[in-house]
Amino acid sequence: MKKVLSLAIVFAFVMMVVFAAVPAAAQDTRVGIVLSTGGLGDLSFNDAAYRGLQRAEDELGISFDYIEPADPSEDQTALRRFASRGYDLVIGVGFQMADSLRTVAGEYPDTKFAHVDQYFEDIPDNIVSLNFAEWEGSFLAGALAALTSENGNVGFVGGVDFALIHRFEGGFYQGARYINPDIEIQSRYADDFGDPARGREIALGMIDDGADVIYHAAGGTGSGVFQAAEEEDIYAIGVDSNQNYVAPGHVIASMLKKVDNAVFDTVKSVVEGNYQGGNNLYFTLADGGVDLTSLTEVGQPVLDAHDNGTITDEELETIRQMKENVTSPYADRIAEIKEMIINGEIEVENWGETGRPDNL
Amino acid sequence: MNNYSDKIKSILTDLGLSLLSIVVALIVGTLFIFLTDKSPLDAYSALYIGAFGNFSAIANTLWRSTPLILTGLAVALPFRAGLFNIGAEGQLLMGGFTAGVVGFYFTSLPAFIHLPFAIIAGMFVGGLWGGLPGFLKAKMDVHEVIATIMLNHIAIALTINYGINIFRDTGRPATPRIMDSAAMFNFKNIMDHPFLSKLPFAELFAHPAIRLHINFFLALAAAVVLWYLLFKTTLGYEMRAVGFNPDGAEYGGINASKGIITAMFISGAVAGLAGVGEVLGTHFSFMQGMDAGYGFTGIAVALIGQTHPIGVILGGILFGALAQGGLEMQFSGIPSEIVMLIQALVIFFVAALQVFKVYLAKRKAKGGVE
Repeated sequence: MKKVLSLAIVFAFVMMVVFAAVPAAAQDTRVGIVLSTGGLGDLSFNDAAYRGLQRAEDELGISFDYIEPADPSEDQTALRRFASRGYDLVIGVGFQMADSLRTVAGEYPDTKFAHVDQYFEDIPDNIVSLNFAEWEGSFLAGALAALTSENGNVGFVGGVDFALIHRFEGGFYQGARYINPDIEIQSRYADDFGDPARGREIALGMIDDGADVIYHAAGGTGSGVFQAAEEEDIYAIGVDSNQNYVAPGHVIASMLKKVDNAVFDTVKSVVEGNYQGGNNLYFTLADGGVDLTSLTEVGQPVLDAHDNGTITDEELETIRQMKENVTSPYADRIAEIKEMIINGEIEVENWGETGRPDNL
Repeated sequence: MNNYSDKIKSILTDLGLSLLSIVVALIVGTLFIFLTDKSPLDAYSALYIGAFGNFSAIANTLWRSTPLILTGLAVALPFRAGLFNIGAEGQLLMGGFTAGVVGFYFTSLPAFIHLPFAIIAGMFVGGLWGGLPGFLKAKMDVHEVIATIMLNHIAIALTINYGINIFRDTGRPATPRIMDSAAMFNFKNIMDHPFLSKLPFAELFAHPAIRLHINFFLALAAAVVLWYLLFKTTLGYEMRAVGFNPDGAEYGGINASKGIITAMFISGAVAGLAGVGEVLGTHFSFMQGMDAGYGFTGIAVALIGQTHPIGVILGGILFGALAQGGLEMQFSGIPSEIVMLIQALVIFFVAALQVFKVYLAKRKAKGGVE
């Protein structure tokens, strides 16, 4: 009897070890991410990258650690610590980290690296760079703005005047002109990604000059644009994440930049062993890397905002009615344009590379 | 003789009390670490290991402390002359930007001309940015706090917002990379150096993680020069006299405006050197975010160092260690918010100590009367 019992115990032990070993093998993949200054809570790409890793933790059984550097001098140290501790994949977020990532990647040729939001010239074999075709998504935003504008006058508020934001501006400009060649487009830069008061002033100025739809690519400055839209009862278009629940009824859509999907896919490629370094990847409309939020449905993030009490029942209803009256009539037209961009009938110019025309 | 040993005694007491207040701050900090379900012991050993755990950690602590020592000095010197320089941030930006532009613009200068030229140009422009509010104060009685704060805003607009856009060649919000001939010597490359590689223990520095560059030694030199200026020269005596009692100094035949303008010019140049070092030694281009608020942290560094150049060096190293070790705390799972909170607690308690000492001195004086 005793023998049987001890055999059973041994058997149980063996089974535990065998079964435990299966998820443990998957858990061997460790990912370290260094976020850009600003860190979590930016409602933009830091949060999105974090969401991607959370999803990878749930679905792929990886583990990850993150660092929020206090200033750019810490980037290199943080990346190096992850690499020296044998993390399988080290991710850097934001254009400021590009040089540091290249340096550290040179020191650890056997570690895999990924970078979000910066094109690399002569990209090393152990870096994959994740970029987004913001100009394609912004083209849809521009088209929607031109379709909904009653005054034939739309606005663009940029964060800082440089190549990355020119991609958004260029797409918006071309999209609006595609719908209405005579449309007036106002374009201003706030010189800051975190100054809502400035965003509001700029937006109010544009509204004064006749704009009735304003698109922003200005991070936190954009919340001032939404505020102005609410005060003056005009429409705004959000960016990066689904921002449609902010200023309920006034944000008609958001241009999504799905950093979370890109990060998730990269982690997946490492887990599955088909990571391909030395590549500048572009996520486009075709693969859903950029997109416009649905023009007919209110969308899960808005419902979530309702569930956690950010917006009230009434505000949700306002958003619903806005979708029905303002945007859904154009849903088919926008879907058609999206299809034309994907199959190449419309070619959208990337102002980040061609440069912003001087005579706007 | 007796006076001398008294002085040493009081310095040792000061140091002991400073250490004590750091310990108290860390004890209070444990309360917040408990909120995160992590062990305070792990967190603090990470802080220590990150800042002093091995040779490269120590070297990098000194690297992080370099701009803080310089901005601390830039606040301390005018403080002795009775002026509150809030403008180190702007002076740092102007100096750094100038060095960055000189660094990439001249493409064919030899290193022995290019680097000194970039350093001096940066310090000079930083000096002008500090000297201007000094001039306004001396000649027109414009309060230096207002003037320096306003000049900070102008410097941010001129360099980060406008300057970078003029020269930028890629999507990165930074000026182009500086020429190698303008780069400050980094100690990780020590084995390539003809003389330094002969030094004993030189190979300790030859580690890719080491980021210490020569600006640390320029900062030490600046501290020594300022100490000599303040305490060993007539000009320094005059500055201190103006700070102690401007009307009395004037009455005693001291030219107060000369002292004010000189102190602010030198202070601006020293803050400028902080920016120069970050650009030519750390980032190799003037980039958005390189200032990292050093100009404002410098105020705390100066006050903790009791506005004495040697105290400022120690204060700068303390802040550098907190910055360098703080990153390691994040690796032990402490969120960056708690790390910042602990850094702030240390500053708070060290500053509170100064108040406590004033209180003690008052009580002692009172006791003496009775």
